[in-house]
Amino acid sequence: MQLDSKCPQGPIETRWDRHRFGLKLVNPANKRKHTIIVVGTGLAGGSAAATLAELGYNVNCFCFQDSPRRAHSIAAQGGINAAKNYHNDGDSVYRLFYDTVKGGDFRARESNVYRLAEISLNIIDQCVAQGVPFAREYSGYLDNRSFGGAQVSRTFYARGQTGQQLLLGAYQALERQIGHGQVAMHPRTEMLDLIVIDGRARGIVTRNLISGEISSHLADTVVLATGGYGNVYYLSTNAKGSNATAVWRAYKRGALFANPCFTQIHPTCIPVSGDYQSKLTLMSESLRNDGRVWVPLTKGDTRPPSQIPEAERDYYLERRYPSFGNLVPRDVASRNSKLVCDEGRGVGVTGLAVYLDLRDAIERLGRHVIEERYGNLIEMYERITGEDPYQTPMRIYPAIHYTMGGLWVDYNLMTTIPGLYAIGEANFSDHGANRLGASALMQGLADGYFVLPNTINDYIASSKLEKVDGSHRAVREAEASVRAVTGKLLDAKGTRSVDSFHRELGKMMWEHCGMSRTAEGLRLALGNIRELRGEYWRGVKVPGTGEGLNQSLEKAGRVADFFELAELMCLDALERNESCGGHFREEYQTPEGEAARDDEHFSYVAAWEFRGVGNPPELHKEDLTFEYVHPTQRSYK
Amino acid sequence: MRITLHIWRQENAAAKGRMVRYEVPNVSEHMSFLEMLDVLNEELIAKGEEPVAFDHDCREGICGMCGAMVNGVAHGPLAATTLCQLHMRYFHDGDTLYLEPWRARAFPVVKDLVVDRSAFDRLIAAGGFIGVSTGSAPDGNAILVSKEKADRSMDAAACIGCGACVAMCPNASASLFMGAKISHLGLLPQGEAERDQRVVAMAAQAKAELFGSCTNMRECEAVCPKGIKIEVIARMNRDFLGAKWTGRGTVET
Repeated sequence: MQLDSKCPQGPIETRWDRHRFGLKLVNPANKRKHTIIVVGTGLAGGSAAATLAELGYNVNCFCFQDSPRRAHSIAAQGGINAAKNYHNDGDSVYRLFYDTVKGGDFRARESNVYRLAEISLNIIDQCVAQGVPFAREYSGYLDNRSFGGAQVSRTFYARGQTGQQLLLGAYQALERQIGHGQVAMHPRTEMLDLIVIDGRARGIVTRNLISGEISSHLADTVVLATGGYGNVYYLSTNAKGSNATAVWRAYKRGALFANPCFTQIHPTCIPVSGDYQSKLTLMSESLRNDGRVWVPLTKGDTRPPSQIPEAERDYYLERRYPSFGNLVPRDVASRNSKLVCDEGRGVGVTGLAVYLDLRDAIERLGRHVIEERYGNLIEMYERITGEDPYQTPMRIYPAIHYTMGGLWVDYNLMTTIPGLYAIGEANFSDHGANRLGASALMQGLADGYFVLPNTINDYIASSKLEKVDGSHRAVREAEASVRAVTGKLLDAKGTRSVDSFHRELGKMMWEHCGMSRTAEGLRLALGNIRELRGEYWRGVKVPGTGEGLNQSLEKAGRVADFFELAELMCLDALERNESCGGHFREEYQTPEGEAARDDEHFSYVAAWEFRGVGNPPELHKEDLTFEYVHPTQRSYK
Repeated sequence: MRITLHIWRQENAAAKGRMVRYEVPNVSEHMSFLEMLDVLNEELIAKGEEPVAFDHDCREGICGMCGAMVNGVAHGPLAATTLCQLHMRYFHDGDTLYLEPWRARAFPVVKDLVVDRSAFDRLIAAGGFIGVSTGSAPDGNAILVSKEKADRSMDAAACIGCGACVAMCPNASASLFMGAKISHLGLLPQGEAERDQRVVAMAAQAKAELFGSCTNMRECEAVCPKGIKIEVIARMNRDFLGAKWTGRGTVET
């Protein structure tokens, strides 16, 4: 298979403009003759469904939650980047582009990233017009702050609930279209397979989570906006329901999966407290703007933090990276936390935590300023841990947060299956090997509001789509395969719960395919995962039936897919013999312990093709070329 | 610690429900309330029984999906806290807790603690938005919003749509939810143009959904996990009266 990224050539500043001009349009009167399926209602899916409906398409929209407003974009705290340069501090579209390519450790496409930086400007305008209550200066102008990995203040925010407010903006736009009858919304409905007819994506098979009914929905194109796969690790900052089933079924139907091993570990999460732990809670990294990260200088220092004098504290990020200090990118901050904990200098009962201390900021700015900036985060921390961050430093530790990998898409956001699009976190396109803070919201909304609604017309206008109905062989086959999987899970009648398997899988992945990886560990994990997967299908216990609401059955299907995806992640990590961004292979590091990239051999996107159950997947490479930002070792010193 | 639970079990919307007693013997104070339910469910699965169905997703207090009545109080005893953020350190060894789903005619029970809150979505679809299509927005700084207005708007916008306000209200009124949206949008200059239609359309929808009327009991405010104040209801009522009085809000959109 030859991968064609369809990236435009020529001056980067005009690529998107010129590309758009080259795309075919659909006459407004014809748009209403076409139906588009959008799966997922987060920032990407919600904004896409609303915008496509505004354009006049009929949209069928699906989410597994009880309302489209619940999608996990809602939990994003810190903010959204835009190169507005409202602060006159040297920002520009080019600088945001540069920062993102560099931050992604030179594993993203320049064309895509430039477009993202350009569109960032429109996103803020759109969201303001929708009534997103962004933070304001006293003068009434929009306020900004700086964020991890950037030296300019380009992050727009709505207290610590930016994701919530942006999502509500998209959700309200979506509800407006539902009210107009332009979108048919299907909540509590989960996509379980993709229908491909004559090589094109033409629909999906779903299970109604309330009635248990399995049915098919057909359309002209299918858009997957189903988020990332961080829950492979069981413990992550993702919502409990976040899953990879939609993208995985698309992969098994022929869509290539790109860079599965690129996962992001967020440096500032509340540490694990016990075996019952069901998820990890993120503390926005905006706290790193004012908080200082430290551990005791000496190993095994168990004194309470207040009794450790200044001279015996090691502010290791400030020490190692004097120019970025506590604002180094996420991958660097996370790895350093692991490093000091591995040295035995971790704090708390488990020794797997570092301090994030607001003391100096409170002294400098006063408690009221800190309260205004981070009040809700601090409250949340206190509720979960029972400790007061105004009095004692917070304990934080890295956790899986975001997955840069995802379905391979071209510049039009189309996967390798014609008519199947992937947007937002579900695709791989813009963040390379590491995503910068406040960039996920930007990408989700760029894809949904501004990119996809332009590119999808071209496919619809230039494809001759035969009318299909539910009697088609491919539809029957997809439905039958969904029924077979569901039946198999219910019939296993083993002895272990789904969660117990998921936890075990998660531990393996965190251990061997987490913050740092080795060839030896990955090989071990590959064997163990296969073994556990075999055990899963024999030994899982799913109570109840397929009829009606069965939350164990929902989980069981998702975990079955996580097992297969976990294997692909390890394979990809093993194949990539370099360290870059979130992918740190211990064998490949500089003498100072920083990630050592190998541009000569690995400057490519690894796109994997499914070759049947039990067969190794086939690797395709899309070479990355850098005309504008020349690869250098990322330095935050 | 040891906790005794009495949980509402109901097979499906049509079935008759009942309270069932469960013991959870080894509860750690660091567990969240939902993690305690996870532990119970694991035990039920091991015994071959059906686990308790409950809605939840983000488990960090922002998605609004979780919620149950704990001893008659929506989201349990801790103020300004969703059920997923409520930790067991706020309970004592030997406590007995009664768990029920949200009770409101507009929120029919789906199964056990799960209810159908789609009426909230229909309220938003009726008018809880600013009608700006993608692409037509001016520069963000072209619309000035005073900090005070933006802050008050944000206070109201913090609503997570969990439904605790309805569940706790003796009238099952959605006034706090609606008032929050109407205040969030109405306080901003961007939301001014549709202010009259919005309140009239949403009020009509609330009636159709069989939500009750507000009689100023303030139960909603007491249990709101985001601390939304009933001043948003006052604002909604003022908008409603103004629109009705002048007949402004009746224009079809």
